[in-house]
Amino acid sequence: MSTSETPTRGPARPGPYVVSGILLAVGIVMPLVVPLYAREDPRLFEIPFFYWYQMLWVFIDAFLLWIVYAIVTREDRRRRESVRGLGASRAADARPGEAGDRK
Amino acid sequence: MTGISVAAAAAPAKPIDWIALTVVIVIFALVAVMGFLAARWRVKPADRGLKTLDEWGLAGRGFGNWITWFLLGGDLYTAYTFIAVPAAMWGTGAITGFFAVPYTVVLYPIVFLLMARLWSVSHRHGFVTPADFVGGRYGSRSLSVAVAVTGIVATMPYIALQLVGLKAVLSVLGLGSGTNAFMADLPLIIAFVVLAAYTYTAGLRAPASIAVVKDLLIYIAVIVAIVWLPSHFGGWGQIFDAASTKMSATNPVTKAAVGTIIPGATSFNAYWTLALGSAMALFMYPHSITGVLATKSRNTIRRNAVVLPLYSLMLGFLALLGYVAIKAGTVPVGVDGKINPQLVVPQLFLDNFPSWFAGIALAAIAVGALVPAAIMSIAASNLFTRNIYRDLIKPDATPAQEARVSKVTSLVVKVGALAFVLLMDQSAAINMQLLGGIWILQTFPSIVAGLYTRWFHRLALFIGWAAGIVYGTWAAYNVVNPVTHAHFGGSIATIPFTNIPVYIAVTAFAINAIVSVVLTLIFRAVKVKDGVDSTTVSDYGADETDPKVADLEKEISWLEPGPDAPIR
Repeated sequence: MSTSETPTRGPARPGPYVVSGILLAVGIVMPLVVPLYAREDPRLFEIPFFYWYQMLWVFIDAFLLWIVYAIVTREDRRRRESVRGLGASRAADARPGEAGDRK
Repeated sequence: MTGISVAAAAAPAKPIDWIALTVVIVIFALVAVMGFLAARWRVKPADRGLKTLDEWGLAGRGFGNWITWFLLGGDLYTAYTFIAVPAAMWGTGAITGFFAVPYTVVLYPIVFLLMARLWSVSHRHGFVTPADFVGGRYGSRSLSVAVAVTGIVATMPYIALQLVGLKAVLSVLGLGSGTNAFMADLPLIIAFVVLAAYTYTAGLRAPASIAVVKDLLIYIAVIVAIVWLPSHFGGWGQIFDAASTKMSATNPVTKAAVGTIIPGATSFNAYWTLALGSAMALFMYPHSITGVLATKSRNTIRRNAVVLPLYSLMLGFLALLGYVAIKAGTVPVGVDGKINPQLVVPQLFLDNFPSWFAGIALAAIAVGALVPAAIMSIAASNLFTRNIYRDLIKPDATPAQEARVSKVTSLVVKVGALAFVLLMDQSAAINMQLLGGIWILQTFPSIVAGLYTRWFHRLALFIGWAAGIVYGTWAAYNVVNPVTHAHFGGSIATIPFTNIPVYIAVTAFAINAIVSVVLTLIFRAVKVKDGVDSTTVSDYGADETDPKVADLEKEISWLEPGPDAPIR
């Protein structure tokens, strides 16, 4: 039977989470290291470095999060399938569409 | 500084721009119709009338990627932001203004990390507010009420500031100069009464549908402005030169430079702590969490964290419009004839674009005030209903009663915010908002640590919260404005016993965290009674296909548990 204690996901592998953690940390720390970018040059379209560096991180952070999303959801899917696969009939009852995809 | 003398000559008289005003009124009316129609948007026939908090306050918890993107974009990047950030850039340069860019950039890794877990546990337990989660996690009424009250108190001035933003737009349009106070504020009152009515009727669906219109208008306005204005004023080089000239001049009162274009070494810590502290605080605000919990799946908020930064780019360009206004010689004069920096961006649009386009831009800002105001009032009402009315006054409240109380509370909250803006000085709202940011960050340890660990003792977290609030309030009170000598003059103070200036909220948070850790160790050592945790490890990883705890409990009471029992 299932209760609120029934695991929703199998055990985690550390690898994907360590890599994701590093990428997220980069995305948080790099836009905050002010001494790195509190300067005028080089300018881009005549805009001082201070301004365009910080706006550049909008794109870099979006890109980093996209990678992290791919890593984390992949691992997440694996962990879910590992518990749902244990009771094949139960899982099939709950999510008929997914049963055939699991090979 | 060539343009100023030209524009200043035309400044004192404040005629109404009828074309721009008409465009604003038409868009406003259109949005109001959408707001009312939203009461039936994506509502199953059985749920008509929105008689539960899930339906009224979280729009059925069914928003997908697109609507969430618009909803959160409209919710987080408020009209006041659009007004205040360029105003700060125009007034004193980078430190008080441009930190909004790194703030809204580092925000998203934090959101990505935290909010999926909060979504999962809330999905499993039907939590509607952050205080619901804290109450369920720590089994502590006092801690959940503390989180709820902090959320409500921090949100109220935030709603009031949306009115300040709306007022700025109306003022630039020439409204608000009536002969008596009531007539002067009438447009603002009408706007807010209409907003209150459709929020009451349609709940969270109203701001969600309006947000789509508002965000599209804002993007159009900003893209056009950023493509056209810089070349019109001689390019970015000249714009930054003009800004630099203004900022390096000496302020006659403080004998210091007016502002900074590029922060010097002494303000590095203030700059990054402002960005980080604000980013940590933003998703502790109830209105942000309402947006998250209204999504339909665990990963919706994560996908949104990837694409929401686009709004930060727009905010960066908007901030730079503050410098463009310096070069353009924009004179932000209110209907009272006084200089008000908050009018700088609306005035810039009105001065440099045809009236109809300026009207679109101003309408975008005005509607941009309504979306967050609606979501904030819903979030504050949900907190009141769930964590004060239900938890303290009427424990057996039915879902229908909860929804009714929440709807009425949303009206009370809006009237309160309106009274705040009309009766008190505008600086009171700004001071309270400044304090609100400091206070809301003090709920971070309870909420965020709770998502990962149950190690902290509930009483330690409560005392830590109180310590953070007390320090933060005291420190903010002691910041004196050098010009007006008023208290609550800013959000930067030195760390106690050092001379390092940082964002007060971050220091208060550090004190809060240290107290919570130390007291937890002590309370665990002397075995002070701790609360019961009603969540389990598996709740934090649940996705939308996992059953809700309430359904599991029902199943246990109905079914004979056996090996073949279906999962739901």
